[in-house]
Amino acid sequence: MVGGTPQRDASPAARTSSASPAGPAAEAPGALRVDRVSKSFRRHDGTEIPALSDISLDVEAGAFISVIGPSGCGKSTLLRLIAGLEQADAGELRLDGRLITAPHAERGLVFQNPLLFPWLNLHANVAFGLKARKIYRENKAEVEHFLHLVGLADFDRAYPHQLSGGMAQRAALARALINRPRLLLLDEPLGALDAFTRMNMQDEILRIRQDRNITMIMVTHDVDEALYLSDRVVVMTPGPAKIETVASVNLARPRARGGEDFLRLRSAVLKILNFGGQIKEPAYQI
Amino acid sequence: MMRNPRCGGLSRLKREYGQRAVCWWPFLSAVLAVVPELLLPDSPDHPPVNRPYFFYLLTAAAAYFFAAALAAHAHAGFRARLEGKAYFYGASLLFLNILNVVTDKLAALPPIFFPSPDRILSVLAQDWRYLLADCLGSSAVLLFSGFFSGALCGIVTGIAVGFSKKAAYWVNPLIRILGPIPPTAWIPIVLVAFPTTFWGGVFLIALSVWFPTTVMTSSGILNVQNAYFEVSSTLGAGRWFQIFRVGIPASMPFIFIGLFTGTCSSFITLMTAEMVGVKNGIGWYINWQREMLSYANVYAGLIIIAVSFYSLITLLFKLRDHLLVWQKGVIKW
Repeated sequence: MVGGTPQRDASPAARTSSASPAGPAAEAPGALRVDRVSKSFRRHDGTEIPALSDISLDVEAGAFISVIGPSGCGKSTLLRLIAGLEQADAGELRLDGRLITAPHAERGLVFQNPLLFPWLNLHANVAFGLKARKIYRENKAEVEHFLHLVGLADFDRAYPHQLSGGMAQRAALARALINRPRLLLLDEPLGALDAFTRMNMQDEILRIRQDRNITMIMVTHDVDEALYLSDRVVVMTPGPAKIETVASVNLARPRARGGEDFLRLRSAVLKILNFGGQIKEPAYQI
Repeated sequence: MMRNPRCGGLSRLKREYGQRAVCWWPFLSAVLAVVPELLLPDSPDHPPVNRPYFFYLLTAAAAYFFAAALAAHAHAGFRARLEGKAYFYGASLLFLNILNVVTDKLAALPPIFFPSPDRILSVLAQDWRYLLADCLGSSAVLLFSGFFSGALCGIVTGIAVGFSKKAAYWVNPLIRILGPIPPTAWIPIVLVAFPTTFWGGVFLIALSVWFPTTVMTSSGILNVQNAYFEVSSTLGAGRWFQIFRVGIPASMPFIFIGLFTGTCSSFITLMTAEMVGVKNGIGWYINWQREMLSYANVYAGLIIIAVSFYSLITLLFKLRDHLLVWQKGVIKW
């Protein structure tokens, strides 16, 4: 199940029972193709630091992909490239066949830090995308709908500093979703939350995904989270950053976090990441 | 577990009595000030006034604080408010009391430079129409014309410099060179360059508001977390939308600091402009009265300045609290 899948995973993701297209069919597209993308950053002294080298990845519409790997393996850079916040040095990225050159509302992005606009109340924060696209007037009701969707209907007049971390992150999710993106990019969205809020949010994300059938790509540090949520897990390794493995998660949904298959997959992924139980030779002395 | 009722009751009584006594301090201080005013004869060195204005003031204060102390007994919220300020009010009245004794009663200070409170109040009571309508009115026109044009220019320049590299390239050196020059240093040039002293004054005040507003606005924009712009661009915001809906609101706290600094320096510039060139206004009045050695009028003018500038600053604070309600718990200053 794990390890055998090559980088260019052409086989469709294991669509398990829950992933059937339920949302509006017109919004079904959301297929991403990352084709031989490289990206490096220039340091102050002029040296080039490669962040990604020759990455290729196909994500079919409606799939949930997790990208996992140690810090510095370029997973956030990959996400920023897909969002259009960075430009690739080589290779190209396409969403439903169209080249990605700049940020666009069709590709929503949620960061680890909710980054709600502190000067706007929740209602205005969620309405931001509609206003930016000048379609707020005819879609006012959407704001309440999405606040309701994330369980914050009663907090529409609250300011971000009055919210807990989990609430703020759900609001950020609503703010991204209101644009009805075809692709939702999640950059460690639950990384700063406590364990219980985190598990609740994971279920919430699954529910939203089930309702709307949005393609989702999530960067995470957490192997359990990746296996619990995704159809496929992309394991990246640093130096030079590349995709080590794409693991299909053929587990029935809803998934049991402690199930036998789950644990077997977990240890397999950890092994790829070199946490396979053996103690490594220390690279430095404390 | 058993509470000693006598002990608790006593300490509570003491505490409550103490609290209520605090509320009577301003009233007592006012009454204390009335005593020397009525009992001691006025010094012959001080010119007499036609009415006992200081006595009126003390009576009004005593009546007001008597009513306030009574109200404090009845109403807990009112008491809390009065308690916090009671010592200050009492001390202020005590200060007036001492001032009155030292000047009007003993003439311990040169009467020409330190007129009695009675005289100052009589200037206010008799000339208030002229002071407010003519002097303060024309100062206000000058101040607001200068302030609003300066603030508007400052915000626009600040935004341009904050967002556009090209604007920063051309304007930043200008700000660095012209900004630190005290606006009043321009007076010799302004007197020649402008058709009337009024427009010269407007220019000087605008200049004094422009500099801090520009600097704070642009640094406010440069301090906005880039992530806010990134998020807004993934939400479909274009460049102008980002400037007006992200950059400006996010730098509002900085803009307000600039406006506060600008307001204070505009007051200075206003006064200087009126004392040097402009031929009316409250600053001009003070200077004119000083030359005539009518120090009572000088103090009356100063009181009017203090009250009106205090009101303006308070208004600006209220506006800030209203606009920056989101800031509570984010930044404090």
